[in-house]
Amino acid sequence: MTRITLDGVAHSYGARPRDERDYALKPLSHVWRHGLAYALLGPSGCGKTTLLNIISGLVVPSQGRLLFDDRDVTRLSTERRNIAQVFQFPVIYDTMTVAENLAFPLKNRGIDKAAIGRRVAEIAEMLDLTRDLARRARGLSADVKQKVSLGRGLVRADVSAVLFDEPLTVIDPGLKWELRSKLKAVHRALDLLMIYVTHDQVEALTFADEVVVMNDGQVLQIGTPAELFERPAHTFVGYFIGSPGMNLLPARVAGREAEIDGHRFPLAASYPTAAPGQRVQIGVRPDHTTLRASGGLPVQVRRVEDLGRRQLARVTLGAHELVATVPPGTTLAAGAAAVHFDPARTHVYVDDRLVEGTP
Amino acid sequence: MPDKPLNNKAWFLVLPVLGFVLFSSLVPMMTVVNYAFQDTMGQNHFFWNGIAWFRHLLDPSTDSGQRFAGALTRTLLFSLAVLAIEIPLGIAVALCMPRHGRAIGPLLVVIALPMLIPWNVVGTMWQIFARQDIGLLGAALNGLGIPFNDTQYPVSAWSTILMMDVWHWTSMVVLLCYAGLRAIPDAFYQAARIDGARRWAVFINIELPKLHRVLVIAVLLRFMESFMIYTEPFVVTGGGPGEATSFLSLDLVKTALGQLDLGNAAAMSLVYLLISLTVCWVFFTAMTQIDRRREG
Repeated sequence: MTRITLDGVAHSYGARPRDERDYALKPLSHVWRHGLAYALLGPSGCGKTTLLNIISGLVVPSQGRLLFDDRDVTRLSTERRNIAQVFQFPVIYDTMTVAENLAFPLKNRGIDKAAIGRRVAEIAEMLDLTRDLARRARGLSADVKQKVSLGRGLVRADVSAVLFDEPLTVIDPGLKWELRSKLKAVHRALDLLMIYVTHDQVEALTFADEVVVMNDGQVLQIGTPAELFERPAHTFVGYFIGSPGMNLLPARVAGREAEIDGHRFPLAASYPTAAPGQRVQIGVRPDHTTLRASGGLPVQVRRVEDLGRRQLARVTLGAHELVATVPPGTTLAAGAAAVHFDPARTHVYVDDRLVEGTP
Repeated sequence: MPDKPLNNKAWFLVLPVLGFVLFSSLVPMMTVVNYAFQDTMGQNHFFWNGIAWFRHLLDPSTDSGQRFAGALTRTLLFSLAVLAIEIPLGIAVALCMPRHGRAIGPLLVVIALPMLIPWNVVGTMWQIFARQDIGLLGAALNGLGIPFNDTQYPVSAWSTILMMDVWHWTSMVVLLCYAGLRAIPDAFYQAARIDGARRWAVFINIELPKLHRVLVIAVLLRFMESFMIYTEPFVVTGGGPGEATSFLSLDLVKTALGQLDLGNAAAMSLVYLLISLTVCWVFFTAMTQIDRRREG
């Protein structure tokens, strides 16, 4: 059983960070619970790999503490932590067979041959590698190689957390789904803590019990896929998650009413008036923005995209662009139309942070 | 199979290349071949001699055969010694170099420096360096009571020439290996750390297999270059003392230009060339075979 605790962990690759921007990872406290699958989601360079490497011990954080259960492991070497890591590009030992690859971590730890053989067979069985055991690892396809490098992590009996650093990058699209379901199956079978770094939201949302959204070295929100979708805590989350992202429009909010370019519409809750100088935005997902012939905020329709299952319209409201759902059977007069925001799903952001209203 | 248009006139397009190859290598070589099958009694009268030169050369019971066998053995020994020292040393130095950082640029320049020095300058440097009266190496060794004289003792001559070659060419192995090592992604080292691999295990299981290709090139280049070495031993020892460092190339020049024994020298050249080509071919075939087997 392992619970991983980050206690004010931050990292800067430079020696003397002066201000906040020097940090690749800004101070973060979080508890990763045993048996859950987490995804670290964010664009390239947002600090997610740094965070992963801090947990695995490849990077020692500039500040803060890292605890495995109650043991401080901040400065403990990688091989003494019970962590497995799978990298972006499959790491395999070319000259060895699959079986030797899987046995390698155990051999290095001086475990006796019979025990190694049993454990390797067990893990190979779980990962469907039994048929390939005697083959040279060199000639294998990328997805099998990636399974071998996962297997090398799992083969150690003491492993309680598996870290994945964008493991599906080099896998054929057709095999990605298969490998991902294998990961899910392994997760269920071994009851491990899994942390999965990706910049692909579909991967994150389908894999994880909880998704950690990061941008610019900062954790913006930690929540279930549904929470991220329904209540993004930050405009970035709203924009980054969902395809297309959330509509964000600068607005004035007073009480239960919002105003965009002089057009007023109701909100489901009451919000305090923002202080001068603060940036207030309205965020509504395209799924909750409906295009109508009339009866709403007046917009100009730029174009309609037919995605098969649904139709999305790109429209402009004054100078602002947004995306709205076209309900089936809607007939539109060319050009002018109206949008309606679902008040219960309309969120208010002040300086990019979600503000809770009072009912 | 689709019909391909066949036009024999296209052969004319190959003519310029053919002409170039003819004049750059085939014609000069044919003159050598010419001498290899003829003999002369002087006055520029040549007559057909068949394969007599070759028979003598490859028969160790004759004078020229004995001399050739000796020179060939010395050359092969020298090449093997060069490989045995420079390849492991080059790998070791490359492993010790930092993977990242600001020091790398200047470091590479310093390491590459010996390779930029002309052969005969290297020879002169080492000739002076090894002199027992004023040379730093020779005088120091003699001062320490170790008898060292590269004009008298074969061991001194051999060690001077070997040291010189190591000094001159190990950097090439270093640079090749360093490039090979740099191409290994960091993830391999990180994975090895997580797998608990010790330094030696990392070398054997990650670095050495990844260096395989550059090492093939390094071994081949160093073998060919040392097998054909001429200038430096010519300047340092001139083949001496006695015949001790008289390698094939030195012996060849002595035969051709010193003794004007053109037939013998021509036969030697051709056998020398054939040996080089054969070694290259065997080497490359073996390596590609091993490669194919590893892939399969």
